[in-house]
Amino acid sequence: MKFPVLSVITFTPIVAAVLILLIPVHRRNETRAVALAAAVFALILSCWVYFGYDQATGGYQFIERYNWLPALGISLYFGVDGISAPLVLLTGVVMFTGVLISWGDDHPHVMAGIQDRPREFFAFLFILAWGVFGVFVSLDLFMLFFFYEIAVFPMYLLIVIWGWAVTREYAAMKLTLYLFVGSVIALVGVLAMYWVQYQNTGLLSFDMLAMESAGFSKTFQDIWFLPVFLGFAVLAGIWPFHNWSPDGHVAAPTAVSMFHAGVLMKLGAFAALRVGIMLLPQGAQTWQWLIMFIAAVAVVYGAYIAFVQVDFKYMVGFSSVSHMGLVILGFSTLNRQGLLGAGLQMFSHGVMTALFFAVVGMIYDRAHTRQIPELGGMSKIMPFATVGFIIGGLVSMGMPLFSGFVAEFPIFMGVWNEQWLVAIIASISIVITAAYILRNIRQVFFGDLPEKYEGHLTDVTVLDKVAIATLCLFMIVIGLFPNFMVPMVEEGVKNVLRLLQGGA
Amino acid sequence: MFTSTAIASILPEILILLVGMLLLIVEPFWKEEQRRNAGWLTAGGLLLAMIISLLFGQPGEPVTTLGGMVRFDWLGFFFKLLFMFAGAATALLLMDNEKVGDRGEAYLLLLASLIGMNLMAASSDLIMLYLAIETTSIPLYVLSGFMLADEKSTEAGFKYLLFGALTSAVMLYGFSLLFGFAGTTNLYQLVDLFNTGALSPFVAFGVLALILVGLGFKASVVPLHFWAPDVYEGAPTPVAGFLSTASKAAGFAVLVRLFFVLFPEPQLDLAHDWAMTLAVISAITMTVGNLLALPQTNIKRLIAFSSVSHAGYALIGVVALTRLGAASVVFYLAAYIATNLLAFGIVMAFSRVTGLEDLKDYAGMSRRSPWLGLMMLSAFLSLAGMPPFAGFVAKVFVFAAGIQAGYIWLVIVAILNSIIGVYYYLNALKYVYLYRMPDQDEENHPVPMTRPYAIALVVLTIGVILIGTIFAPWFSWSDAAALNLF
Repeated sequence: MKFPVLSVITFTPIVAAVLILLIPVHRRNETRAVALAAAVFALILSCWVYFGYDQATGGYQFIERYNWLPALGISLYFGVDGISAPLVLLTGVVMFTGVLISWGDDHPHVMAGIQDRPREFFAFLFILAWGVFGVFVSLDLFMLFFFYEIAVFPMYLLIVIWGWAVTREYAAMKLTLYLFVGSVIALVGVLAMYWVQYQNTGLLSFDMLAMESAGFSKTFQDIWFLPVFLGFAVLAGIWPFHNWSPDGHVAAPTAVSMFHAGVLMKLGAFAALRVGIMLLPQGAQTWQWLIMFIAAVAVVYGAYIAFVQVDFKYMVGFSSVSHMGLVILGFSTLNRQGLLGAGLQMFSHGVMTALFFAVVGMIYDRAHTRQIPELGGMSKIMPFATVGFIIGGLVSMGMPLFSGFVAEFPIFMGVWNEQWLVAIIASISIVITAAYILRNIRQVFFGDLPEKYEGHLTDVTVLDKVAIATLCLFMIVIGLFPNFMVPMVEEGVKNVLRLLQGGA
Repeated sequence: MFTSTAIASILPEILILLVGMLLLIVEPFWKEEQRRNAGWLTAGGLLLAMIISLLFGQPGEPVTTLGGMVRFDWLGFFFKLLFMFAGAATALLLMDNEKVGDRGEAYLLLLASLIGMNLMAASSDLIMLYLAIETTSIPLYVLSGFMLADEKSTEAGFKYLLFGALTSAVMLYGFSLLFGFAGTTNLYQLVDLFNTGALSPFVAFGVLALILVGLGFKASVVPLHFWAPDVYEGAPTPVAGFLSTASKAAGFAVLVRLFFVLFPEPQLDLAHDWAMTLAVISAITMTVGNLLALPQTNIKRLIAFSSVSHAGYALIGVVALTRLGAASVVFYLAAYIATNLLAFGIVMAFSRVTGLEDLKDYAGMSRRSPWLGLMMLSAFLSLAGMPPFAGFVAKVFVFAAGIQAGYIWLVIVAILNSIIGVYYYLNALKYVYLYRMPDQDEENHPVPMTRPYAIALVVLTIGVILIGTIFAPWFSWSDAAALNLF
């Protein structure tokens, strides 16, 4: 029997969460050690999944299936394809770096990491990770939804307990309600699909691969595509339902922002693709224009709003809206290049934005402000973090040799094929992004260090450096060797295209 | 008449009676400070009764026993197990309730009402049904007003009595009309009355409405919910937990049996109209319950209104009138019983130490007692319908049944309501997890738990998580119960 790597990777976080809760409260370092051990284990397994995926064979691999509730056709059905395997790797990476960033430090001037109740923090963070892994590997619609909801509620607690005291209550509730509304609307669609499949084929099953050939009528698809796609895409921060996202990012503690922007938003995009586009392809074709329109608005509008922010974290938050808009824009092309770019962008943006939030968190922990005009000269204090942020900035601008270019170029190619005007409008965002990224790098990291910070600030810790280096590594590797990821995502895209062309 | 099947059909009730008699015999010999051990006896006895019933009293093919009075099937049996489980948990929670737990009568009354509930779930005759409902209610009236020195408790008992007496009288009137029209009191023979057109739809509708008054009172369905918050607030907390779970579920057990038996074919006009009426009641119930829960500051009243809204969600399954509908109601009630008992148990454990019941008094609770905080998290997230807790799966099944039967509008109303629910449940958790005690020294104010609480709460928490993750066995039992209706 093969090693059930996907179920092990999915259940590692929850087992670790329970273990962490069993450690006595005052044993803080043991708590952190268990968390790190679990994160490293998950990272190794996710690398195994990524590198063990056989690109020559394609399709779904590492398949495991256990009947869970046969009476209603619910099963624990795990498998990854070329689109979800990179996302599993991404989750492993963000989980690992998130634990490092949250380690905590007892230095008098530094309030880095999580000092208050690390036990509960890591437990809730791992419950979140459990849900995320579950969504990426589930091939059963019910279990996908189950894990999707699991990923929603720990966010509330993580933000409300450990978040930024000024806005945390408001932001956490707003975020939870937005996501919950989106997901339950999608749930109605999912249940409707379930019953219509039963009517059409007599099959009572949540198996997504079976549902692909359920023969949903065009009318049905046209009606239900929008609720399902937009319901899930709320979590991807799609305009005009993006409002929760920057507020949530800003209020969340650093590691949660990383998780949230790095992985959770991909969860929304991924579910929208898997359930919305892949199961209701004709509906996707009908509403393609609308999705393309709102995605293009998100791309430009998000970039512009990011440009005018003076709060560093809000800037990064809105840049996420803009970059996730590119992912949705890639989906909306429904062609090979666009989908390929979207798949790559999900990974690239996940790593990049996690890095951004990590660096912003490090600065805030030391300077106790995120107001861009009040900051300056950080490169003198934290050169390593500065280099990391600049690399992230180059990715964000889509510079060649970095992962951002590899991801964004195909998206724009794909959009050009469908509608050249949208490509031109969306490309404005590249200019705006370059403007705000460069301006902020100059203001925050270079120039003079404000006097009040002289002698008070310390460099980032070794653990922080490991986290930054890990994240940068992936951005550069993909930029230099696109073959690291492109062929794999192409395998996944083939499957989506097959469904879009009506093939069974 | 007393064949082995007949005995088996009322085996749980016989065993409960035995436990009660044992209690009566033993308790007077105990010293004052030992009397609370009656709780161990009750809970242990009920657990044993459950095991014995499972071993020797499992139903086979549905049969009617005891001269047509009792139906021996999985529907009744599963509910009986649920009630006995709830009774055992309540007995444990009662033990350290001041002025209640050290008096044997309390446990005896609990057992008496349990016998009534078990018979409610199993009765197939209107007369038996009425007797069972009264056997359930009267001990509960007394239990609600058990704390004589406490004004609120007295008020609760009296209010419950007045409401209960009135509604059961209305229901009895409905029963008498049914007997007048059909000439029989057997539930299973009444089917013809409604399905051959012998009765004008208008009259049939009126009769059913009268009966619904009595059952709706038990299930605390709007507009018969007014008693619930006041009684829950005043009654001893474990009793309130029992009222809001087992007693409500007993109402549903009768409701399910009655309507699924009376309307075997949901396509008929009368069945359809009636389902539509229930759908409207369901929508109103959940909306009113949730909206009124929003402004509550007392935690018992908050849970009271939330339990009104949960009656609304559960009704969706009844509205569907399908096999999945029935199974989902039963599953929903199982999940809900575990969850709400847990919620009331936590309130009890907390107020026993602090004497406080307002939401704001829960500030810093997770720091005072991290495990109690986590249990409250499980209970409230389960009520809100979040996985991996029981409430999520239960809600999805009910919604699935509603959509299958074509009640998409009702499911959408339910979804809007669960969003309101999420808001106030999370709001309560905010007190537990975020806010601090006024002087911020939670470490010096722990919330110690006595052994019965620890056992009851841990078992309930594990139950809530098990139902929510490994749901296959629970669902197949619910489905087996539902199958007996068709």
